[in-house]
Amino acid sequence: MLPPSSFPLPAFSYLILKEKTKDIEITADESETVLRVQNLSKTYRLGEIGTGTISHDLNRWWAKIRGKEDPYATVGTSNDRTQQATKGEYVKVLDDINFEVKKGEVLGIIGKNGAGKSTLLKVISQITSPTAGSIKAKGRIATLLEVGTGMHPEMTGKENVYLNGTILGMTKKEIDSKYDEIMEFAGCAKYANTPVKRYSSGMKVRLGFAVAAFLEPEILIVDEVLAVGDAEFQKKAIGKMKDISTGQGRTIIFVSHDLQAITSLTSKVLLLDKGTIKFIGDTIMGVREYISYVSSSEGVYLNNSKSTPVISKVCIRSSDSGNVHVFGEPLTIDFEIYAPKGIPSAVFSFQILNSSNVKVLHVLLKDSEVPICRGSGTQRFSCYFKKLRLYPDKYSLILHLSDHISRVKYETIEGVCPFEIQVRGELREYYWKPSEAIYIEDAEWIV
Amino acid sequence: MPLKSNPQTLASSEWTTEIKPVSSWFNLNLKDVWRYRDLLMMFVRRDVVTVYKQTILGPIWYVVQPIMTTLIYMLVFGNIAKISTDGTPQILFYMAGITIWNYFSETFNATSKTFKENENIFGKVYFPRLIVPLSKVIGGLIKFGIQFGMFLCILAFLWLRGAEVHPNWTIALLPLLLILMAGFGLGTGILFTSLTAKYRDLTFLLTFIVQLLMYASAVIFPVSTVPEKYQELILLNPFVHIIETFKYMFLGAGHFTWTGILYSTGTMLALLFLGVVVFSKTEKTFMDTV
Repeated sequence: MLPPSSFPLPAFSYLILKEKTKDIEITADESETVLRVQNLSKTYRLGEIGTGTISHDLNRWWAKIRGKEDPYATVGTSNDRTQQATKGEYVKVLDDINFEVKKGEVLGIIGKNGAGKSTLLKVISQITSPTAGSIKAKGRIATLLEVGTGMHPEMTGKENVYLNGTILGMTKKEIDSKYDEIMEFAGCAKYANTPVKRYSSGMKVRLGFAVAAFLEPEILIVDEVLAVGDAEFQKKAIGKMKDISTGQGRTIIFVSHDLQAITSLTSKVLLLDKGTIKFIGDTIMGVREYISYVSSSEGVYLNNSKSTPVISKVCIRSSDSGNVHVFGEPLTIDFEIYAPKGIPSAVFSFQILNSSNVKVLHVLLKDSEVPICRGSGTQRFSCYFKKLRLYPDKYSLILHLSDHISRVKYETIEGVCPFEIQVRGELREYYWKPSEAIYIEDAEWIV
Repeated sequence: MPLKSNPQTLASSEWTTEIKPVSSWFNLNLKDVWRYRDLLMMFVRRDVVTVYKQTILGPIWYVVQPIMTTLIYMLVFGNIAKISTDGTPQILFYMAGITIWNYFSETFNATSKTFKENENIFGKVYFPRLIVPLSKVIGGLIKFGIQFGMFLCILAFLWLRGAEVHPNWTIALLPLLLILMAGFGLGTGILFTSLTAKYRDLTFLLTFIVQLLMYASAVIFPVSTVPEKYQELILLNPFVHIIETFKYMFLGAGHFTWTGILYSTGTMLALLFLGVVVFSKTEKTFMDTV
């Protein structure tokens, strides 16, 4: 269950500010804190906002004067998960958020859709303002919610570097001094005077990220921008972000659904759930916590048919809950087969199918080797992998039950027990992608 | 919030940015605007560079537009309707009106789309939102400069040929007139864009309002031809003073009074103030209303 030993231990223990700030414990290295979020809340009033036209507002105003109910108060509340919408119902998108980030720290923010991640980012980056609470920061905050914000297709690469850079808060002088580095990092130096509309989409992304990478703010806020671009670029981008945080001592707040990117980049995560902080602290713990409540479906296949020989149950015991298995951990798969009467020549086998529909592994078992189908009724057995070396990807099982003498196929089940293999921590300076390989082998190096 | 109420401690005095709920109703933050001045110039540059990309005539359009309008006005108002031009050459009279009026109407048009056209950028990154309308005001100045240059050429040409024009010392007031027009364009524009952020239907009024204002602003007729009983009414329009003064300074005929200029300045400042208040309130909540 433990992550690979190469994983760095959390350097600090982190402060969770939970009380209503009666006595905030100030950590010893208070001066190291570059961002402090206190009692932050953001409330939306359903029905009030976004109803569009003057006539609506006039109607509302007229209703108010006559003491009637707001005629549009119910707009937008119909699919609310809670109860009946009441007049002018408020929804707390962020509810009393408290945390702080230290200099040089990389904080990951994870959470389900609608947990409030984007809203939190938008409030920190001053795109929208909070309803209550405050955020204090030391130094410049730069936001990277999108790559290449404000770039104009008609303008040349060079012009766009300046435009995008100034939008992100750089001065012309700063860009002047970094222009060559930016173009080199983006690999677009040759096309500096070509309009950006002639660029490939990859080039546009690289150019946008390059500008942001040389931004040098004290606090950099990054949304899932790494999801774009090819593997090589992602590797470069992640490397650059690490360099920014550890090498230059800048602070990064990083939001992503990609848990691998989160684990390889951040040491601390903040887990949001329905607008509140569910967990804050060590990344590995946070990711576990997240996975355990995100997943609802269990990786169990069940079949209660009793007429013919069937595979009645398959269950994957993955290292983490939610059918997530950490690379290199032992894996056990439990099986149950039901046979009305014994089949001495039974053959049971299963294959593992990856997300590209490639069967990457086949395990075969004859009754003659290990008795699994001697008597009638339900038989239970398990398959144990000491170390599953499959590459990070999404997998499912294909199961076969047959008789190798009579050549009768009792059952073939495809695509059951989906599970995912993930890499935790930074085993290598490498960004894992399912298409890179199929499995990872340990090897001995002789020099 | 105990930390805020305790500013003596070393730590809290170091905070450089503080984000709080919108509380004050006036929040201009000119310091931030100044810090982003390079962005302001980039936006101006972008607008100038990109407007006429992939067009054949390019910036010549800046000149073609007012000339065509002037010719049409000469035909319709000067020769068919036979409206007086205070004894000045028709081409100069109409062109003067159009040149200065266009600066306002273009600025107003451009700034009134601030929120709508930049929805995407505003949702992704922070910078003082006022930068966008300000860039339109400055960008409009370039266009005005070109049109004004053409006006001067025609003026000089006709003047040398002995036309009935009398440029005078009031030309020194030109910068003030430009500031007034810029202020009006910016003030009404940001007020309008703030309102349309919530009430989309106001956009339909925009072109209509600009057109009506033009007819009520002595662009195509001199104030002197307005019947006595309407004179006071039309002088309530602050634009009348600006346009008449502009005509007076170059052509020597027009309605120029110091009280009129003062009145226009006062109106402009009031409108600009209102615009900034509403705009700064809207920019904080804009992302929640779209």
